Amino acid sequence: MITLSGALPQVTSLFSEYDIFGAFQMTLVLAGATLVGSLLIGTVLAIMRVSPIASLQAGGAIYVNVVRNTPLTLIVVACSLGLYTQLGVVLADRDSGTFIVDNNVRLAVLGLSLYHASFVCEALRSGVNTVPLGQAEAARSIGLTFRQSLSIVILPQAFRGAIAPLGNVVIALTKNTTVAATIGVAEASYVMKEMIENRPDVLFGIFAIFALGFILIVLPVGLVVTWASRRLAVTR
Amino acid sequence: MTDAGTAAAHPLVELVGVNKHFGDLHVLQDINLSVATGEVVVVIGPSGSGKSTLCRAINRLETIDSGTIRVDGQELPAEGKALAKLRADVGMVFQSFNLFAHKTVLENVTLGPIKARGVKPDAAKKEAMELLERVGVANQAHKLPAALSGGQQQRVAIARSLAMHPKVMLFDEPTSALDPEMINEVLDVMVALAREGMTMIVVTHEMGFARKAAKRVVFMADGRVVEEAEPETFFTHPTSDRARDFLSKILTH
Repeated sequence: MITLSGALPQVTSLFSEYDIFGAFQMTLVLAGATLVGSLLIGTVLAIMRVSPIASLQAGGAIYVNVVRNTPLTLIVVACSLGLYTQLGVVLADRDSGTFIVDNNVRLAVLGLSLYHASFVCEALRSGVNTVPLGQAEAARSIGLTFRQSLSIVILPQAFRGAIAPLGNVVIALTKNTTVAATIGVAEASYVMKEMIENRPDVLFGIFAIFALGFILIVLPVGLVVTWASRRLAVTR
Repeated sequence: MTDAGTAAAHPLVELVGVNKHFGDLHVLQDINLSVATGEVVVVIGPSGSGKSTLCRAINRLETIDSGTIRVDGQELPAEGKALAKLRADVGMVFQSFNLFAHKTVLENVTLGPIKARGVKPDAAKKEAMELLERVGVANQAHKLPAALSGGQQQRVAIARSLAMHPKVMLFDEPTSALDPEMINEVLDVMVALAREGMTMIVVTHEMGFARKAAKRVVFMADGRVVEEAEPETFFTHPTSDRARDFLSKILTH
């Protein structure tokens, strides 16, 4: 029979046996880098989709609909086995002592960014739709170029209108970093799997640690998003 | 009309044989119109007559299917930097104000001069404050547009256009979205502008403004210019049936 007083020392012993904090640190690194990458690619995609040029619109639409509907695991594995193993694309210095780790992390970030960019694009596009057409007309009528209208008038308002949907993307993205385990990146879920194999005696304790860890990371994101979407809302 | 000769010799805005369709609807039918420097033209007509489309076509917010539009002798460029440059010279005031919602009143006015004309921020700010003073909203300079009344927002929009030192200003039903008590504060600013010699093309139903400030009224119906006359003549002795019919509808109350 399992008692709390009996299980507690076993759970705490996990912290000395495994680098749980290191694993979560890797999760944060993946999430942070993916956030930056997907925001950059997603913004470009969103600009393509709202541009007046038909070929760009089509390109953006095809990207989003293909990538968004492909399983993330497939994309991340394709980055590792396809890009690296098969095609020899290398994203880190071969001679550095940490080549395998660095390369895997970067391939994972690439795959995660490519995937989440499609969701960022759609969130931004919903933000663009909150900006009335008259804003663009006014921008053009004072002599701003298309690029200036976009960067000074439309996108700043679109980003503010997209904060809530973008927040959802960030939350999903943070948890989706666990897929990086499939290509051997030692983030939280990878370490969790390892711990479960070696310490099935504290199975539920392990689950609890990782669930709690993710909640602690993701909960503030939701709070910040709610605060920011209220604070930065564009009043019309 | 004494100015007809000068208008033909040096028109600031010139439309020749302009046509536009929205699908099957022929919204602008063979429009010819010349506006001389310093002239104030009021465009009037029932809804759907094409008057807003005409106004928007002059700075190419609407493209046209055939014909030519020239501003200060130059034909409207199709796209790109040349078009942006031309638009900088053509002020536009919209029915729904369209102030940049995420920028303060002052930033709304300085944005064009700084970004499109390369004016130094300090100089732009100084002039913007003078313009805001002139339209009577200088004390609201640091607020966001949403905090202002409709009349105040429209006056800021006028200041935003003036900051570009436009050659001509287009007004697309500038008072139609305003509460009645705010219409006059906007019209007063427009009358003052007209008196100072600004070239203006104004789509409006405000007959008081037309009488006070306009040199010419252009009456449009079904995409055509049906009648052109001095305001007094137009309002008291319209020659076409369409104009008589229209005036009888807006004058009965």
